[in-house]
Amino acid sequence: MTVQTERPPSGPVDVAKRDESGPAGPRPRAASRAAALTPYLLLLPACAATVLLLGWPLLKDVLLSFQNLNMAQLIQHVTEWNGIDNYKEVLTGEDFWRVTLRSILFTAVNVVLIMILGALVGLLLARLGKRMRVMLLIGLVLAWAMPVVAATTVYQWLFAQRFGVVNWVLDKLGWHSMADYSWTSSQMSTFFVVTVLIVWMSIPFVAINLYAATTTIPGELYEAASLDGAGAWKSFTTVTLPFLRPFLYATTFLEIIWVFKAFVQVFTINGGGPDRLTEILPVYAYIEGVGNQHYGMGAAIAVLTILILLGLTAYYLRIVLKQEEEEV
Amino acid sequence: MKRSLFGRLWPNVTAVVLFIGFVFPVYWMFATAFKPTGDIISEDPVWFPTDVTFEHFRKATGVDHFWTYVSNSLIVTLCAVGFALVVALAGSFALARMRFKGRRGFVIGFMMAQMAPWEVMIIAMYMIVRDASMLNSLVPLTVFYMMMILPFTILTLRGFVAAVPRDLEEAAMVDGCTRAQAFRKVILPLLAPGLMSTSLFGFITAWNELPLVLVLNKEAEAQTLPLWLSSFQTAFGNDWGATMAASSLFAVPILILFVFLQRKAVSGLTAGAVKG
Repeated sequence: MTVQTERPPSGPVDVAKRDESGPAGPRPRAASRAAALTPYLLLLPACAATVLLLGWPLLKDVLLSFQNLNMAQLIQHVTEWNGIDNYKEVLTGEDFWRVTLRSILFTAVNVVLIMILGALVGLLLARLGKRMRVMLLIGLVLAWAMPVVAATTVYQWLFAQRFGVVNWVLDKLGWHSMADYSWTSSQMSTFFVVTVLIVWMSIPFVAINLYAATTTIPGELYEAASLDGAGAWKSFTTVTLPFLRPFLYATTFLEIIWVFKAFVQVFTINGGGPDRLTEILPVYAYIEGVGNQHYGMGAAIAVLTILILLGLTAYYLRIVLKQEEEEV
Repeated sequence: MKRSLFGRLWPNVTAVVLFIGFVFPVYWMFATAFKPTGDIISEDPVWFPTDVTFEHFRKATGVDHFWTYVSNSLIVTLCAVGFALVVALAGSFALARMRFKGRRGFVIGFMMAQMAPWEVMIIAMYMIVRDASMLNSLVPLTVFYMMMILPFTILTLRGFVAAVPRDLEEAAMVDGCTRAQAFRKVILPLLAPGLMSTSLFGFITAWNELPLVLVLNKEAEAQTLPLWLSSFQTAFGNDWGATMAASSLFAVPILILFVFLQRKAVSGLTAGAVKG
């Protein structure tokens, strides 16, 4: 998950204005045909890897979702096709819809928090003096660089029932019932911990990139706005916000996609518990499929999750590609 | 006057509060790792450790197979990043420097691949690896990690290749270099920062990966550090000192790489190359 920490680069892609095949006058035909093939040959390893290592698992997932595959079939290596039974069972069951609704709410709350707080921190960075800005940037980069599994473990310790710092602080603040509170004992408190963790991890990306984007806003725009008599708020809504809008759109969708598949945080904090009440779709697919060994069912849930993500991704790509076209 | 003082004060105060909020979890991890157990389980937290102990680190690294996990993680991560760089370099050169039919399609394809929902596909990957009798092996892990970071590597390198001025390459070719030589002697050195930053992010992803190794490799000999760390707390009950020492050991390579390499990698090398 951490890898997509940068917006896909949209640099000067179309630098290649001239035709590649003949920079040095006419050439023999064989050579120019070879030159025409070169880009495809260069891309061949990457494409082969993608088809084999990404396309095949995707296809396999779809195939598995039409099979009756439980522990018995797995051990005996038999393939039992059962048509759309898995989908029927998943879609008519109550669990799937409950988990889907939960995933959507979970994603919405997290993304709203990340975007609002991240944007505020980004704008604050732009306002600070140099020394304070560097200090805050160091803090943000540290949180950003923290590996997910390590961060999750640390949060378990911060929110530990005994000797956890959070409970101690709440107790000292006068909330004495929290002194020995077990954060993993209820659905809402588990989600609260996961949300704090995800928001803490995600704000640096939004804030630092937003700050970088604000530095590219030409100062003349603000001058013009103030000449027109615009106050701080007015110049924010007429200059800053329109300038940052494409960035905000793209980042929001990126965050939606990331939070939607936040498997590691949810799974590691409490394994989807208590009583499977904090399972979001990827965790649900894993626990149904691998944990309860209903592999076919798990695959069907996975396919449905992938379809939702595909919709989100397509929308994100539309935004990014449109931006890239405008920039070129 | 009063108001302007307040106006100057509140951003700085907020910044300090935020700084503490972002740094505290990281600080607390290290602080707990070095504190004697007595200070960890005291009724009031010991904010600044005064007695430093390495006991927890000894305990964390003394776990069975610890060095196997370390070497497994290193092998898998470095191989995945290395393969991805080689494959991506060829592809990104084509995408950045050549005009051909379907180029845009390739770019969109890799963008889609970058968003691949790996967390959800583990059941299918488990079946594929099992049918190939490759469970508990490092090979499938390496290969899949390579694929997880490949699209990002291609797309990022594409930007870096495109940023290398075309004149430099042409000048080298005028001086008698072949295209391949021009690539090796001119473009590759200029790409060094790009290669560094992309491999950094690739390294982080592969180093962190948990869901796949969780499903594929049940035997200790084939496990990696994230799996060790995520099961550490369960295995050691509430020994937070050792757990935090384990977390620190896991996080330190990434923190160092990230904090020091990112800035270096981002600053371009080409700035002065065309002038003069």
